[in-house]
Amino acid sequence: MGSSKSSLRHIPNAQELIQDTGFSAAHIQRLYERFDLLDRDQMGRLRVPDFEAISHLAMNPIGDRIIAAFFSPGKDTVDFPSFVRILAHFQPTDDNRTRDSSGKEPYNSPNRKLQFAFQLYDQDGDGKISRAELLQVLQEMLGMQVTDELLQSIAERAIQEADLDQDDAISFDEFKKCLEKVDIDQKMRIGFLS
Amino acid sequence: MCGALFSVDDLKLKYVKDNLPVFTMDYPRIQIPFEVTLWILLASFAKIGFHVYHKVTVWVPESCLLITIGLIVGAIMHSVQEEPPAVLTSNVFLLYMLPPIVLDSGYFMPTRPFFENIGTVLWFAVVGTLWNSIGIGMSLFAICQIEAFGVQDINLQENLLFASIISAVDPVAVLSVFEDVSVNENLYIVVFGESLFSDAVTVVLYNMFNFVADMPVVEPEDVFLGVANFFVVGLGGIVFGILFGFVSAFTTRFTSKVREIEPLFIFMYSYLAYLVAELFAISSIMAIVTCALTMKYYVEENVSQRSCTTIRHVVKMLGSISETLIFFFLGVVTLTTEHEWNWAYILFTLLFYFIVLGVVVLIQIINPFRTIPFNLKDQLGLAYGGLRGAISFALAFTLPDNIGRKKLFITATIAIILFTVFLQGISIRPLIEYINVRRTNRNLDTINVEVHCRLMEHTIAGIEDLCGQWSRFYWKDKFLKFNNRILRKILIRDSRAESSIVALYKKLELQDAMEILDNVAGDISAAPSIVSLYEEKKNPKPKTFMASDLRNMHNILSKNMYNIRQRTVAFTRKHALPNDQHTKEILIRRHASIRRSLRPGSFQTSSVPRSQKYFSLPAGQNLDSRFPPRRLNREDDQETMSEVAYSAAGRRSRFSEPRHPSSSRAMMPMHRLDTLKEATSVDVLNENKENSGRAGTTRSSASSSGSRVPVPCQHRSPTRAQDDNGHSDNVIHVHHEAEDDHQPASPPPAWAVEPRDTTTRNPLLRRPQWNPKK
Repeated sequence: MGSSKSSLRHIPNAQELIQDTGFSAAHIQRLYERFDLLDRDQMGRLRVPDFEAISHLAMNPIGDRIIAAFFSPGKDTVDFPSFVRILAHFQPTDDNRTRDSSGKEPYNSPNRKLQFAFQLYDQDGDGKISRAELLQVLQEMLGMQVTDELLQSIAERAIQEADLDQDDAISFDEFKKCLEKVDIDQKMRIGFLS
Repeated sequence: MCGALFSVDDLKLKYVKDNLPVFTMDYPRIQIPFEVTLWILLASFAKIGFHVYHKVTVWVPESCLLITIGLIVGAIMHSVQEEPPAVLTSNVFLLYMLPPIVLDSGYFMPTRPFFENIGTVLWFAVVGTLWNSIGIGMSLFAICQIEAFGVQDINLQENLLFASIISAVDPVAVLSVFEDVSVNENLYIVVFGESLFSDAVTVVLYNMFNFVADMPVVEPEDVFLGVANFFVVGLGGIVFGILFGFVSAFTTRFTSKVREIEPLFIFMYSYLAYLVAELFAISSIMAIVTCALTMKYYVEENVSQRSCTTIRHVVKMLGSISETLIFFFLGVVTLTTEHEWNWAYILFTLLFYFIVLGVVVLIQIINPFRTIPFNLKDQLGLAYGGLRGAISFALAFTLPDNIGRKKLFITATIAIILFTVFLQGISIRPLIEYINVRRTNRNLDTINVEVHCRLMEHTIAGIEDLCGQWSRFYWKDKFLKFNNRILRKILIRDSRAESSIVALYKKLELQDAMEILDNVAGDISAAPSIVSLYEEKKNPKPKTFMASDLRNMHNILSKNMYNIRQRTVAFTRKHALPNDQHTKEILIRRHASIRRSLRPGSFQTSSVPRSQKYFSLPAGQNLDSRFPPRRLNREDDQETMSEVAYSAAGRRSRFSEPRHPSSSRAMMPMHRLDTLKEATSVDVLNENKENSGRAGTTRSSASSSGSRVPVPCQHRSPTRAQDDNGHSDNVIHVHHEAEDDHQPASPPPAWAVEPRDTTTRNPLLRRPQWNPKK
């Protein structure tokens, strides 16, 4: 699988990506191959149908939201660096890399992971999970036979538990707080074993 | 069938002289089929009987019950000195009763988890079985040396032979126990895979030791040959299976005119694979499983929907019958054979069987290599899951008679089987529940945490699916490419580039889904419409929740939340066809996007829209900059969040749920909607031109969705009217967006998605400004 630099030549900005995301060269290589495989029309960019072609992702209750996470605002394609950067969120947290050279928080810090999860709820990007957004997610994740009263009460309860400043929505800090006991790194990681 | 006595002609001849026989009876003629049928019926009645008392099956696995019934019947037969049906030889078992079960398991095996776990499976199967048999064999030999037990005449080879018999993990027993206990799919796959592969190992060991048992001295070269034999057996089985699988797939390519006999090919080819493997004394189980695995994928594309259903049903039925019969006969034969009982030998066998549960050791060794290591519960399941069963039983009966202590071996084998099936089978459920209970009792999570954690799990599952399997994906992707380019063209009749959503939807029987829609339509529209929910609760008073409510909620959540990769878990239900219910639900929700993708060439492929063309924003700019929102408080990391590209998701109305329409910000969304293109819709459809056949069905679905629409419309007609500009997005969605009256201070850049298709016009017309092709 070539971890030598020469094989990365065809990947643009490979070195920069390695620095930025913390993936190894081998990982980048693999990701590139995967990107290439998904990229059906070989345009060097992925579009939504490419994502949807992954059958298990299509079956995922929140598949849409996951796919949407890859696309930057204003764009309808994903290029390789963006692809890699999103996936970098799911690396196991590397305690040594609290701040990389540019002072930015590394992609796989628990905070960034939480942000990713938060965004999956917060589709409109206003920084809060409103009751409606929560209800939507609940409906996606629950079977159809759950009645709306139940959904209401569940959402109600969830907001009650988390909403500290009483604005009837869950902000990112509140979100973080209610998940403080959970090992985020454990939950939001994928073994990128090579 | 005790020798046909008189021929019918004789009878007639005899009687015709006296009188014309009005009523004759000729039992011997029909004896065999008659008895076989009766036995099958009896066993099936027993099965029905179990389910009458549901409580029984919860705690006692069916296999135990069947064995018990068999024991009873055997006792009856024994007491009346009746012989068990002579048909029950080990040959019958191996040739007739085992293949359906294995075919059933192989056919419904979820392939992807199987291949992901294949390393672990092989590790356990090969190394585990070897370890077990050699360990038990050696230990027993050591015991035999002790004079007091009176088994000194069993030499090492015979001990090893016996050990190899009882180290064969039995897929039948494993499945029947695991079906009732919900285990996660990884565990299921590993245990099941292990049981399948251990057959290969057992066959080799058995033959090897059998051969060697006669020999006074074992040469090293024999050991070497044994290893070579193992590879021949194992790989040979796989090769044969794949070969037959391909041939079968190829055959079905041409069966479009003879739909009625399509299912036949499946069964004949897989059985043929089995028999040919038996002919060459290679692992027939592996042959038939590989055949089924290979075949299924291609065949299900080629055959008609009905044939597909038929195949599934028949496979399940045959497997079920066989399994029932096997356990039943196990019980019967137990009491009707001659036994030789030797306490010491048998007890020590049991003892070593447990001690040499080197499974635990093996697990520890391999856990670090796995992407998802086994937790404690899984490990327990693995250790427990190695049930012995009918295969050992059959092998015991095929022991050559020149082994002096054959009867002892048979008895010991039966003892082990009964022990494992009963003890492990009955105790596995309470154990797992105990562990589960312990886990959940510790877990006083808030509702929040539970929901969020499940979300994260789904995310991880999704991302994993996205990335493919890391350590092996090189081969998998290579295979997929090869598959798409070559295999599919050869083996599938009408091969097109596979679009997964379409394929999935097809498989889930489009018609059924439509029916569900139609039936549930009434319910859906009455179901959680967020609008109605909201309007009722404009000013929610803080509700207090009692502890019982909380517990209820947790229960509801745990029961109703979709499990990760729900679909494959459904396969562990042995006696039910795979449950596609949840899959259908999820797909129904994404109905709109799927329907669009099914429409033939409705959107242009070639001209990939560039963002500039469609968005009124300069490319790359955040909407927030364009329409400065009035936010009350904004997190600092809002910047990073939008940069990481989420808010744009709102624009992709096609995907998912409707966002907040902001009615009060009336003009703004209106304006935005006009200019905002659903760029993605173009993308979705480009490669689905070929599905012209779908057009008909989608039309009907359009109408059904239309019927659903009016309800939410009513709620929002005042505000919606201005938004009704043809940007209807056909989201057949349970929840319709609510007015966000609660948060006036933080108006999201709202992308109003109109979840309706107001007319059943040609969808092409819905977006006039989009479609250049029109």
